[in-house]
Amino acid sequence: MEHTLSREIVEKINPQVVFEIPVFGGIPVTETVVVTWFIMIILIVFALIAVRNFKTVPEGMQNVVEIIVDSIYKFLKGIIGEEGKVFAPYIGTIALYLTIANTIAIFGFTPPTKDLNTTAALAIMSIVLVIGAGIKFKGFKSWLGSFKEPVWFMLPLNILELFVKPLSLSMRLFGNILGSFVIMELLFHVVPLGLPAVFSIYFDIFDGLIQMVVFIFLTSLYLKEVIE
Amino acid sequence: MSIGIIAAGIAVLTGIGAGIGIGIATGRATEAVARQPEAKDEINKTLLLGAALAEATAIYGLVVALIILFVK
Repeated sequence: MEHTLSREIVEKINPQVVFEIPVFGGIPVTETVVVTWFIMIILIVFALIAVRNFKTVPEGMQNVVEIIVDSIYKFLKGIIGEEGKVFAPYIGTIALYLTIANTIAIFGFTPPTKDLNTTAALAIMSIVLVIGAGIKFKGFKSWLGSFKEPVWFMLPLNILELFVKPLSLSMRLFGNILGSFVIMELLFHVVPLGLPAVFSIYFDIFDGLIQMVVFIFLTSLYLKEVIE
Repeated sequence: MSIGIIAAGIAVLTGIGAGIGIGIATGRATEAVARQPEAKDEINKTLLLGAALAEATAIYGLVVALIILFVK
């Protein structure tokens, strides 16, 4: 019995291949990618419907959109300051995507963020943005110079930080979502009815949203560090 | 395999440190909010950052345990 349980969980952890694109000898398309496409469709359709005929006095969907945009602006202003507005599109996109991706487990989909490939991609995007922002705001030379601050022998550590930051960003998100995913699977095995619903409020909704906030919080913190 | 399971169990023990750390941080944050309710937002932000960083060790432990168990 134990062996079937562990095998089932291993099966659930490894991303399943849904189908293969028959070019270059078959490109496997995993469940992660399909769910991500689905989230993209949700976000694009929501954006297209929500931005139709805006009015000066907001009503209906416009209120929702304004609250989202406003809170992202306020969030960035609180951490980075006035220059923070430039990063609102990126941070907002990540926030919306992660909000849906982390909580999609309550609808029975596998969350794409439980795959290390997704979180690694997000973290690499963030660190590229951080490097780009550093070069743009400081100029290339003083950006390079910032590596030997506060003292010159910190140079190796500062270079190492470029790799540690995305590693810890991706591992944190991946570990949290995978951890709660595994716990929920175990719980489904022990008590199939009732109790999982209560725990899924914590593990799927609360934990997912907290991790979303932590991800964009750390990204904007890195941005602030590199801009000043 | 059984040695691997014990090793994974030891790796997950990092959770103890993260639990104690986050507990202390949250306790202090509660005290700070009780003393200065007007600084709630600032304290929340600092607590969130601290908890996220403290939690990282536990997550690394979890990831190491999963690698020990599933990567062969």
